[in-house]
Amino acid sequence: MNLSGNSQIPEILKNSQAQLLTEWLSELMAAGIRKDLLKETVLREECKEFLDLLAEAVQKGNLTDIQAPEWRGMREMLSSISRSRTQKGFSPSETAIFVFSLKQPLFNRLRAELGQDSAILLDEIWAVTMLLDRLGLWTTEIYQKVREEVIMRQQEELLELSTPVVKLWEGILALPIIGTLDSARTQIVMESLLQKIVETGSEVAIIDITGVPTVDTLTAQHLLKTVTAARLMGADCILSGIRPQIAQTIVYLGVDLADIVTKASLADAFLLALKRTGATITRPQPRL
Amino acid sequence: MVMQRTETLNIQSSADIVLVRQAVRQLAVELRLSLVDQTKIVTAASELARNTLDYGGGGTVKLEVLSEGSRSGLRLTFEDTGPGIPDIDLALKDGFTTGNGLGMGLGGTKRLVNDFNIVSRVGEGTCITITKWK
Amino acid sequence: MERIPILQMGEFLLVTIQVDMHDRLAMTLQDDLTNRIIQAHARGVLIDISALEMVDSFIGRILGNIAKMSQILDAETVVVGMQPAVAITLVELGLSLTGIRTALNVEKGMAHLRRSLAATPRESIDGYAED
Repeated sequence: MNLSGNSQIPEILKNSQAQLLTEWLSELMAAGIRKDLLKETVLREECKEFLDLLAEAVQKGNLTDIQAPEWRGMREMLSSISRSRTQKGFSPSETAIFVFSLKQPLFNRLRAELGQDSAILLDEIWAVTMLLDRLGLWTTEIYQKVREEVIMRQQEELLELSTPVVKLWEGILALPIIGTLDSARTQIVMESLLQKIVETGSEVAIIDITGVPTVDTLTAQHLLKTVTAARLMGADCILSGIRPQIAQTIVYLGVDLADIVTKASLADAFLLALKRTGATITRPQPRL
Repeated sequence: MVMQRTETLNIQSSADIVLVRQAVRQLAVELRLSLVDQTKIVTAASELARNTLDYGGGGTVKLEVLSEGSRSGLRLTFEDTGPGIPDIDLALKDGFTTGNGLGMGLGGTKRLVNDFNIVSRVGEGTCITITKWK
Repeated sequence: MERIPILQMGEFLLVTIQVDMHDRLAMTLQDDLTNRIIQAHARGVLIDISALEMVDSFIGRILGNIAKMSQILDAETVVVGMQPAVAITLVELGLSLTGIRTALNVEKGMAHLRRSLAATPRESIDGYAED
């Protein structure tokens, strides 16, 4: 602290940027920053930008609350760096070290400027430590967020892949469902089937549940809703592949399948669908 | 919970119902709700706005964009100083079959949203709050 | 006053709803259609709702009314082009729109109407069967 009780860190940052930059870069090199993933010129630019933003942010005198508006530019820059490093394959520690390795150079500067008064020096070193710790932890938080986003996106893609809507014939779609149907999955399935019905102009959709091990009331209701929605749009659904156990469950649960047509197998359903769309199947007579 | 933005609209005529739908649609789009969720909340808003007009003698709707932790949502509060609903349980039952106008359709509207809250006093008015989370 | 245009195509009437209808517009449509069916001796009405991003219970009622009135006037109504999100919402809302015939698009709706008419030919005004 100077005589008026304010931190001298803003001053030091303003005046010693060049030296800080050099020392920081050599710290990073020593720490073994991944040269295979990051070019030195890029790293240098990132460091310079960090120091610029740091100098600017501390001008207001707030060195503790990094969520405050004056720290926004810094947060955004660190978010961006953290994101790109996560995507490149850096570990969260490697990304955080980017910030933490600024400590030693800053301490050196502080010691040089304030060496005389150990009490003030200690206060300033403490302030710097806290600040850089917070900024470093911010990068780890962003890392977490990015990973979560990737996982969610992968989950969505998995869901889409596991319930493909197939065109069996002109005007006939099939939706073979494999695995259990939970609420979220059923909704996605429903929406994608209805969308495909519109896109292909198919008037018949066969929902095959051969691959569904169990059906509970909720699932049955969802299936019913899907069929009703399709009908509202002008298409009809045929339910196929109902196993004996599921048939029993449906009866016991008291689910009313109303006037939904059901067929034991996908093949039977397909035949019915073909007839519905006006097709006939002929087999060439064997020549005698 | 942080309320990010609020807007209050009057519901005094059937033209206002269209305005309410448009305002809700815009907010739903900004919140990036899925198309199905957008349609659900706009339809729910249309139903409740119409109820406010037809049964409540007119009223207001407050639109709020909410942010609670990592999730965001849209909250609509419909208020009127009309006759109130004597039997809320009955009103929540599915009265709509072929759209012939029986009942107030509150049960159906409730299924379109995540949170549904209704307070009504006979002779004083009704307040219905619905929330759709992203 | 603003009105939704009604196109006549032979024995059929085609209505394309492209705006977010307010109540008066919907009721005017109901009236206009009833008049037009009689004027044009129409046998079928196609209502294209592919541009409608929302159908609430009021609009559902209007569609139901139109279907019933047409039937009384010896015409069949087909509602076409319902968007998936709208269908899903209607099901959740509990509106089944029974009594209203639907089709995926105008083409299919038209094909259905033609099949329907072929099955139930109407006598001409002078009493002789139509060719």
